[in-house]
Parts: sequence; structure tokens; C-alpha cells
Amino acid sequence: MNAVPMRSRLWRAFHQLGSPPYVYRLAGRLAPWLGVASCVLLAVGAFWGLVLAPPDYLQGNSFRIIYIHVPSAYLSMGGYVLMAVAAGIGYIWRMKLAHGVAVCVAPLGAWFTALALVTGGIWGKPTWGTYWEWGDARLMFELLLLFLYIGYMVLRMSFDEREKADRVSALLAVVGVVNVPIIHYSVEWWTTLHQGPTLIREGGPSITMDMLIPLLIMLAGFSLFFGWLLCKRLQGEILRRERRTRWVQNLAVEAAA
Amino acid sequence: MSEFLAMGGHGPYVWSAYGVTLAVMVYNAWAAYRHQANALARLQQAGEEQETRAKPTVRQIG
Repeated sequence: MNAVPMRSRLWRAFHQLGSPPYVYRLAGRLAPWLGVASCVLLAVGAFWGLVLAPPDYLQGNSFRIIYIHVPSAYLSMGGYVLMAVAAGIGYIWRMKLAHGVAVCVAPLGAWFTALALVTGGIWGKPTWGTYWEWGDARLMFELLLLFLYIGYMVLRMSFDEREKADRVSALLAVVGVVNVPIIHYSVEWWTTLHQGPTLIREGGPSITMDMLIPLLIMLAGFSLFFGWLLCKRLQGEILRRERRTRWVQNLAVEAAA
Repeated sequence: MSEFLAMGGHGPYVWSAYGVTLAVMVYNAWAAYRHQANALARLQQAGEEQETRAKPTVRQIG
């Protein structure tokens, strides 16, 4: 059998993922599926979390905020890692599309970081008696994450040349990634107000099944939602970056017709 | 129903958190679609300008 060597197949996949027209079409095809799937999962998860799950024996009903707070916080950190990896690939292999991915992740990640902070604050009021505590390490490093996202976007704006913006902002994105493990371990290193980890901890999740299942559904729903919006943003970003190419100009003519 | 909405006294916290989240997610979905639509509209605009520039105007002929 004359099998296609694995390496060449990997190479082809790598090249396709670096090809703007291919990724533009792929994102356009994926987006509606991700959108529908995420909306279904979010509706099921929210109903399960708000109505079916039992109240917490200690925190009562306020614990139901976990179903939006934990997925937001998870996306805020996961999004940052994705942004840093994409920016790093763009920097090392001079891959414009990878920089484009990082650019699209930044506003989404910033919004979910803000959501994690706000929902956490609202949850904190009935649980800790305060919306905000300057001395809590988890809160401080999550706030730093928001500043890193905003810093990345503002830094880009200060360059007229896109290539220069790509390279300099990539350095900030990559250096800032050390903040992510610090956020994760902050509740173990400094125990102040924020409670310990629920899911990723030694000995498995510290939550019963009837509370855990809706959390997993919401995590999946939030992730697909993030992927959906990333696809749409990436399409717009590709159009802007490739506006002088023939395929984009043909596309604009087709869309107008 | 009103008992469910009250959430044992935690209603304002639970519903404001969910409300903010819903608002932010809807806004982001709208913004992502607008982002692509704007890029496409700007391309079409640029294409039309190029076309009109390519055609010789009366003054150029004269």
C-alpha cells in the first residue's frame, strides 16, 4: 500500500491552517453549528442550574451563580492561554493568521474576565458580606488579567503598522501568560476570602453529581459560545488583513451581488 | 413561582448575575457579527470607489 506519509499529511493540515481563504471558509462553516449548539447547551445548563439543582447546604441559592461564574473565569484564563499561544506562533513563525487569532481572542477574553469579576462580586456579597476585597489574591490576579487583555489591545492601537503591532503585542501576550497559573494556584497559596477549587483539585471535584452535571454543561456551552464568536471575529479580521488580495476582493463583489 | 424568583432571599444576587451575563453575551454575539459585516461593507465601498476612479471622467477626456 502506498500510504501518504503521516508527516506530509500533518504538513498539509498545517499549511491549510495558515491559509487565510481556507480558514475564512472553515470559520464560516463552523460558526452556525457552534452558535446553535452553544445556545442549546446554555439554555439546558441554565435551567438545570437554576431550577433542578438543589440549593447548597451552606450558601443556599446564591451558589447558583457558580454556573456562570466558573465558566466565565475558565474562559478568561483559557482565552488568555489561547491568545498567548497564537501570538507566540505568530511571532516565531511569522504567521499573520496566528496574530489575527490573538487579536480576535483579546476582546472576548476581556469581556469574560469582566464577567468573572462582576459575577464573583455579586456572589461575594451574600457569601462574604462584601463585593470586593483588595487583599484577596485571586481577585487581584484576575483583575491583573483584565489589565493584560486591555494592555494588549491598547498597545496594538499605538502602532500604525500592523506588523509592528503584531510583534510587540505578541511579546506582552506571551510574558503575561505566567499570570494564568498564578490565578489558578492563588487560592491554595494565599487563603483569604475566595473559596478553594471546585473542579480541578486533588481527589476530584468537591461537588455532588446533581450540581456538577449542570456545571459541566455550562462549561461546554460557554466554550462553544466562545468558539462561535471567535469564528465570526476571525472572518472579519481576515477580511481586514487580506483586503488587497484578489480572493477577498472577489468575495466582496460576490457578497454585493 | 414567586418563591422560585425569591431564591430564599438571594434572588437579587442570582438574577442580577444572570442578567449581566446574558446582556454581555448577547452584546458580544452582536458585536462579532457586526465586526464581520463592517469589514465586508468597507471592502465593497472601497471596490466601488476604485471602479469610479477607473472610469475616465469628463474633465479627463476634455
